[in-house]
Amino acid sequence: MSFPAGVFYVFAALAVVSALGMVLNLRNTVAGAMCLVVTMISLAGIYVVLEAHFVAVLQIMVYAGAILVLFLFVVMLLNLRSDAFSPPRSRIAKLAGVALGVWALVGFLGLLPGALPPIAQISPTFGSYRDVGLSLYRTYVVAFEVTSFLLLAAIVGAVVLAKRRLS
Amino acid sequence: MVVPLEHVIGLSAVLFAIGTIGALTRRNLVVILMSIELMLNAVNLSFVGFARAHGDALGHVFVLMVISVAAAEVAVGLGIVISLFRNRDSVNVEDVSLLRW
Repeated sequence: MSFPAGVFYVFAALAVVSALGMVLNLRNTVAGAMCLVVTMISLAGIYVVLEAHFVAVLQIMVYAGAILVLFLFVVMLLNLRSDAFSPPRSRIAKLAGVALGVWALVGFLGLLPGALPPIAQISPTFGSYRDVGLSLYRTYVVAFEVTSFLLLAAIVGAVVLAKRRLS
Repeated sequence: MVVPLEHVIGLSAVLFAIGTIGALTRRNLVVILMSIELMLNAVNLSFVGFARAHGDALGHVFVLMVISVAAAEVAVGLGIVISLFRNRDSVNVEDVSLLRW
């Protein structure tokens, strides 16, 4: 196995383990958020193996940098220590959730053999800032601008929702 | 490509299933939001894998869009969580059943 392939499998195992740690951790929400950070950073490593360097940097900056800080802020602001003391969700709802997740997994994995595209040759600059930027600002510039409107609406919405009192 | 595409998409499916199970079985609203983030990340991973397979940067542009939608969703979702906590003193989804039949 080549070195990049080894890096992929190590990061893949790390991502799955920490994602399970996030979902199964009932005691501590902060620890769950930290597990999610590990998943995000492992995914960034996998993106580098898949030649998506720009996306990898973005993943670290936006997810591990911004979104997780937001989560931690809210968890600490609300002082959420555990949800072990509230009455548990009914067993049948839990079973139904797990069954639906496993069904989705089996469905996806069943689709896998066949129908996958052949691997194309790529240029050495694939996934660089230049390539993605040119594609973003030339072909998909309208979608990019709409994204900025979406973020503006989200900022206004978050401020209005979290504000104590509207005057 | 250093690893088979099947393995990349398989990892994406596993992460998506874990996120689904988390979103459906946990009752802490913040953890449910984190599970939704995990599902969006799984989708991003399959976008990147297919972009590499096709040799097309379109997948990377789509990942950018998904990341901004995720950021917007988290900002608004956590705003809702904060105002909910202020009014109900709880972030348990079982306590927020006002719109359920």
